[in-house]
Amino acid sequence: MELTTFWFILITVLWVGYLVLEGFDFGVGMLLAVLAQGDKERRVLINTIGPVWDANEVWLLVAGGATFAAFPEWYATLFSGFYLPLLLILIALIVRIIGLEFRSKRPDASWRRNCDIAIVFGSFVPALLWGVALANIVRGVPIDADKEYVGGFFDLLNPYALLGGAVTVSVFLVHGAFFVGLKTVGDIRERAISLGLRVGLVAGLLMTAFVVWTGVNHSGPAVWLIGLLAIGSFAGGLVNAVGRRDGWAFAGTAVSVGLLVITLFVALFPDVMPSSIDAAFNLTTTNAASTPYTLKIMSWVAVVFTPIVLVYQGWSYWVFRRRIGVQHIPG
Amino acid sequence: MEVLDLARWQFGITTVYHFFFVPLTIGLSVLVATMQTVWWRTGNERWLRLTKFFGKLFLINFAMGIATGIVQEFQFGMNWSDYSRFVGDIFGAPLAIEGLLAFFLESTFLGLWIFGWDRLKPGLHLACIWIAAAGTVFSAYFILAANSFMQNPVGYTLNAEKGRAELTDFGAVLTNKVLLVTFPHQIVGCFMVAGAFVAGVALWHMMRHPDRDADAFRPAFRLGAATLLIAGLGTMISGDFQGKVMTEVQPMKMAAAEALYEDASPAPFSILTIGTLDGSEEVFKLEVPKLLSFLGTGSFDGEVRGIDSLQAEYEQTYGPGDYTPNIPVTYWTFRAMITAGGLAMAAGALMLWATRRGRTPQSRWMLRAAIVLPLLPMAANSFGWIFTEMGRQPWVVFGLMPTSAGVSPSTSVGEVATSLAAFTLLYGVLALIEVRLLLRYVQAGLPELDPPRDPDDVDAPLAFAY
Ligand code: HDD
Ligand code: HEM
Ligand code: HEM
Repeated sequence: MELTTFWFILITVLWVGYLVLEGFDFGVGMLLAVLAQGDKERRVLINTIGPVWDANEVWLLVAGGATFAAFPEWYATLFSGFYLPLLLILIALIVRIIGLEFRSKRPDASWRRNCDIAIVFGSFVPALLWGVALANIVRGVPIDADKEYVGGFFDLLNPYALLGGAVTVSVFLVHGAFFVGLKTVGDIRERAISLGLRVGLVAGLLMTAFVVWTGVNHSGPAVWLIGLLAIGSFAGGLVNAVGRRDGWAFAGTAVSVGLLVITLFVALFPDVMPSSIDAAFNLTTTNAASTPYTLKIMSWVAVVFTPIVLVYQGWSYWVFRRRIGVQHIPG
Repeated sequence: MEVLDLARWQFGITTVYHFFFVPLTIGLSVLVATMQTVWWRTGNERWLRLTKFFGKLFLINFAMGIATGIVQEFQFGMNWSDYSRFVGDIFGAPLAIEGLLAFFLESTFLGLWIFGWDRLKPGLHLACIWIAAAGTVFSAYFILAANSFMQNPVGYTLNAEKGRAELTDFGAVLTNKVLLVTFPHQIVGCFMVAGAFVAGVALWHMMRHPDRDADAFRPAFRLGAATLLIAGLGTMISGDFQGKVMTEVQPMKMAAAEALYEDASPAPFSILTIGTLDGSEEVFKLEVPKLLSFLGTGSFDGEVRGIDSLQAEYEQTYGPGDYTPNIPVTYWTFRAMITAGGLAMAAGALMLWATRRGRTPQSRWMLRAAIVLPLLPMAANSFGWIFTEMGRQPWVVFGLMPTSAGVSPSTSVGEVATSLAAFTLLYGVLALIEVRLLLRYVQAGLPELDPPRDPDDVDAPLAFAY
């Protein structure tokens, strides 16, 4: 396999890891607005992701760093082009971190309410905008001969991309709800699952529409196949949620998010950022890539360290496997 | 203002701000781990309470470090896209490795440490904070490898066709001689901050409630003060090495540090100058003869090049242009770094003296000094970086790419101004929140220990919860 292809796959893996993991963090964050009643329940929700959200976010940082190292042109065009959405995402992530980390550091209700707003805002905005951004990348944006993005902010708000954003928001909500179903005991667990099921119907429809639209634009058997599998596993997740098999329900949405990301990257390949002006200006895995020497070094680093990371991150989920409820929240 | 100016202001503000928190994280993680280790070895509960107290302060600081670090990862692409295209082949690798090696370690094992008090065996729990601490040091190494390439490009060739620098020897990038002197200087700089922080906070408590807290905080004070002094000595020694490497690879920076216009052998080091620093006759100057020669070359009679001759030489090599950094900034930040560090060490030594053999000082001045103490090495770090980065100008990659060529061509003034305003405002608000929280938890003092819990009780409250 070409090293550039290998790195395209690796970056796909990083985005899968990021959106599967932080996807449920975002979902839990958004649920704070609708699911939890009272301070204790809010704290239950926050503590389901407490020990893990930071490491989940690092997947994004590594995806960013890996794109810089392996496809510098992609990194440069993407982040200077999608300037304002990225700015919004960064602000949202900052505000969210502060909300999560500092909420329980003060007892007063108004402080905690502000932190709740920060967490909900900071979870909703990236959940939406990552969907919009990924859909735009796949759809193609105005890129000129110098590999510069020449569109404006509003070029990014086209129907296909907005649908992509709606999909990520709704799917992450369900994904987060099933995570809460898996990690909590008591009343909140029941409410999470039934909310997840209700939103799940809408999310499933949106996802189907998005997959079909993607398939039509990028006809190819792989896109259709993987896209349909994503829908299938989402449906499987919902069915298992009805039967209250929490682990399987969550596994269903997790696999579905992963497959959806793969669908998009398969539709993209071998481009990394197609140009809507002229196909000759497309950024591809070859014309955006680093030198073979750099890719080779980075490959060794990735091959050695990624499994180690997976092992210890997996172990941390195992350590914190116990369900929690309001009785576990200290005074 | 143009995009270039705004982008530079933005990078300077966000990076210096990130760097308020980073040194404390790096140093304090090791000191907290040390406290916990002492508890683990001796079973002395005083050290457990100290671990929890400083651990909480550490976490409040860490949260700000990660919140501001995320911006760093992306702003090369946002504001410096031509720079990213030019150096990505080299610069991206250490950045990606930093994430994969360091950030995953830090975040996962800190999560385990914070929430794991009742989930992990004590030895394993202790290992978690040591691993996280190691992660912060790796992080520093790789990010400094990236920065050192900007100061002194090595291990690359220029590809004229693609218009970029390409990596030829990654080993050379990881053993860049600038990196080998910067990394130790940076790490000891971080320990000065953490030592001063622990010492300042502990002394403040000792003095506020001598009868109640003096004994409990005394060992922490001594640990902090000793760290501060030893690390301070370390900054002087490693800074001396850095001066020599800098004179070799970036002679203009050394000349700018002294506002030295003419070649001189030997060259004096001026403690301060009253005047304009533009080469005209100063009003007053306090000098130590031969010191700059020693700092720059290792010999008291060595030659140090001056700005004028270097400017002439660079025009020959690189074509017409202004190759002189902002002299007043480099001159004064260099002095401010050294002065702030020196003051911190002097204050630390004085405090150690005042607390000898079980004494607790009572003077109001000492109490104020305890509050100011942590700010001194923190300021020294910021001044040092402002000196380093401003002294490199007009280059973003020394000798290869001027800063003006690195900025994103497609972003507009409006966009950069928006993000500059947004980050500045947000960071300002966060600073207020952070400082108030820190003060609140500093004042709260040592926590009481929870009674041991029954491991079989499935409804027992969590040892730690958000
Ligand atoms: C506690 C902080 C602290 C203290 C007390 C000192 N420094 Fe420093 N210095 C730093 C913290 C720092 C820094 C912030 O960490 C820098 C910025 C870049 C770097 O490598 O370290 C730095 C940079 C820096 C440089 C520039 C390197 C370059 O641009 O290539 C030199 C020459 C020195 N230092 C020398 C000294 C000397 C001779 C000191 C004392 C006698 C000293 N520093 C004290
Ligand atoms: C944490 C310590 C650091 C601080 C406090 C710092 C500070 C600064 C400051 C003040 C500037 C503005 C200089 C000017 O515009 O004249 C700057 C510029 C810059 N620095 Fe650093 N820097 C740090 C580390 C780094 C590192 C590790 C990198 C690389 C990974 C880096 C890359 C840059 C870049 C790309 C610019 C923009 C170009 C420029 O204006 O010089 N900096 N930095
Ligand atoms: C000398 C310069 C720097 C050092 C030593 C350093 C070190 C660190 C450390 C120790 C952390 C851990 C959290 C904390 O700060 O409390 C951190 C966070 C971070 N830093 Fe910096 N940093 C430096 C400058 C930069 C620059 C220039 C970048 C941009 C590439 C950067 C990117 C990040 C990111 C993305 C995080 C968040 C990591 C997380 O979520 O755990 N840092 N940095």
